Amino acid sequence: MKILKLISALAIGVLILLASILLFLGTIDASKLKMFMLIGTVLWFIATPFWLKEE
Amino acid sequence: MSETSVEVQEVGGGEFARTPVPSSKLKGWKSFLGMYAGEHAAGTEFMIGPLFLAAGASLKDLIFGLLIGNILAILTWRYIVAPIAVSSKLTLYYQLEKIAGKHLVKVYNVVNGVLFCFLAGAMITVSASAVGIPFGISFSVPENIFGLSSPAFSLIVVIVGVVMAIVAAAGYNTVSKFANIAAPWMIVVFAACGLSALAQMNVDSWDSLLTEWDKGVSVVQAANGKVDFGFWKIVIFSWLCNAAMHFGMADLSIMRFAKDSRAGWGPSVGMFLGHYMAWICASFMLAAQIKLTGDISANPGALAWSAVGWTGIICVIVAGWTTANPTIYRAGLAFQSLFPAKAKSYSGVILAGLVATAAGIFPALSGKLLDFVGLYGTILGPMGGVIFVNHYLAKKMNFTQDYADQKGSVFNPAVLLAWVLPVALGLYFIFMQNLFPAYAVIPCWVASSILYVIIMKLQKS
Repeated sequence: MKILKLISALAIGVLILLASILLFLGTIDASKLKMFMLIGTVLWFIATPFWLKEE
Repeated sequence: MSETSVEVQEVGGGEFARTPVPSSKLKGWKSFLGMYAGEHAAGTEFMIGPLFLAAGASLKDLIFGLLIGNILAILTWRYIVAPIAVSSKLTLYYQLEKIAGKHLVKVYNVVNGVLFCFLAGAMITVSASAVGIPFGISFSVPENIFGLSSPAFSLIVVIVGVVMAIVAAAGYNTVSKFANIAAPWMIVVFAACGLSALAQMNVDSWDSLLTEWDKGVSVVQAANGKVDFGFWKIVIFSWLCNAAMHFGMADLSIMRFAKDSRAGWGPSVGMFLGHYMAWICASFMLAAQIKLTGDISANPGALAWSAVGWTGIICVIVAGWTTANPTIYRAGLAFQSLFPAKAKSYSGVILAGLVATAAGIFPALSGKLLDFVGLYGTILGPMGGVIFVNHYLAKKMNFTQDYADQKGSVFNPAVLLAWVLPVALGLYFIFMQNLFPAYAVIPCWVASSILYVIIMKLQKS
């Protein structure tokens, strides 16, 4: 369960939020942001229902 | 009568439409955080946010006006709605029936349900705008309020609406679970949209943001004409855009599941993320779109697509969905009272979903969202005033609490007068004097409250 929570946290914390901050800072470009965000979204909806259901 | 002495029957598929919610079904206040986070970080935020820019609001007024308005809204939920919900544990509709009588409450239920359906319809339109993007189907707003967009877009609205109605019919718990899963993701995506928009505008300081904002306002106003949306108008709008839910007591139907009054803080996270961060981020997206393309149309799907691609499309769809679902659910509860007791528990929700889908086919309705939410607060809010004085003042001021229930009445004319007279006056000022609809909400609520007390006292004497 901890692994699933970690995946969820990384999905929205790193692949979505951090990536958009990096775009704002000019470290990555928009196409990379869009790809990271889509991966983060897929991971979130795969991992989250399992541990949220348990809680 | 205490809750435990009431024989609790599962009416309406376990949704307790006409009985207090039993202790075993009560939820802690934290579960309301997720429920409301999903509801207020909604697809419509993609439309409302840009309207502030389009209306000429200054960025400073927006930031401070929304802050104050949201705080006032949360306090209203906490100190007006939650205590009554926790005390009675009844739906708005059954609570009202005990005061107004079942015949009058049916009239109110139909009005209430129809208005909720129009709101849900706007959310269906927003979701459909995103669904159409991958298929190259644009979201155009006709001049006529009951004008249709393209046949392909109307078809998407129907498909989206039917799916939403079926999911809403599955019940509160299903909706709550999905909203809980989607809410944190959705909020982060809203923030990412805002950051992406800032990057698109090449903003690197507060001054450059103000410059880009003012340029955006100038472009929109050059096309649509100059309008004013000042600080206090923003405060009042953000406080009362959900007036039907708090002042109007619609959220009794949700908060009756609460263990204690702390559930009243439930909307706090959702309001600040949805009606603050999300509105501001959405307005940035329009400013960025104007800078990049000169396009001033607030098409939610296109704005999100431009900012963050496919994730934005998914976000608009999910955001519209998680907001439309509880709205359709509330409308369904309203319509359910029109069906015989033996009717299936999902009959009202399915009917509400169909009406909402029909409303969603007319895209111009969603373009009038700022006015519409104020209007429905003006119409529905005053009944909350009647419930408020019935709950707090009836015994203190020596008039009958829950009059219809106590007297066996099916129609309490005191409620009808207390509701209709202030609302009629409010509608006159809105439609004949061009009053901004949100301004009429509190005067009508106060007038209804006072009028009900006066009539009940006169009736008793």
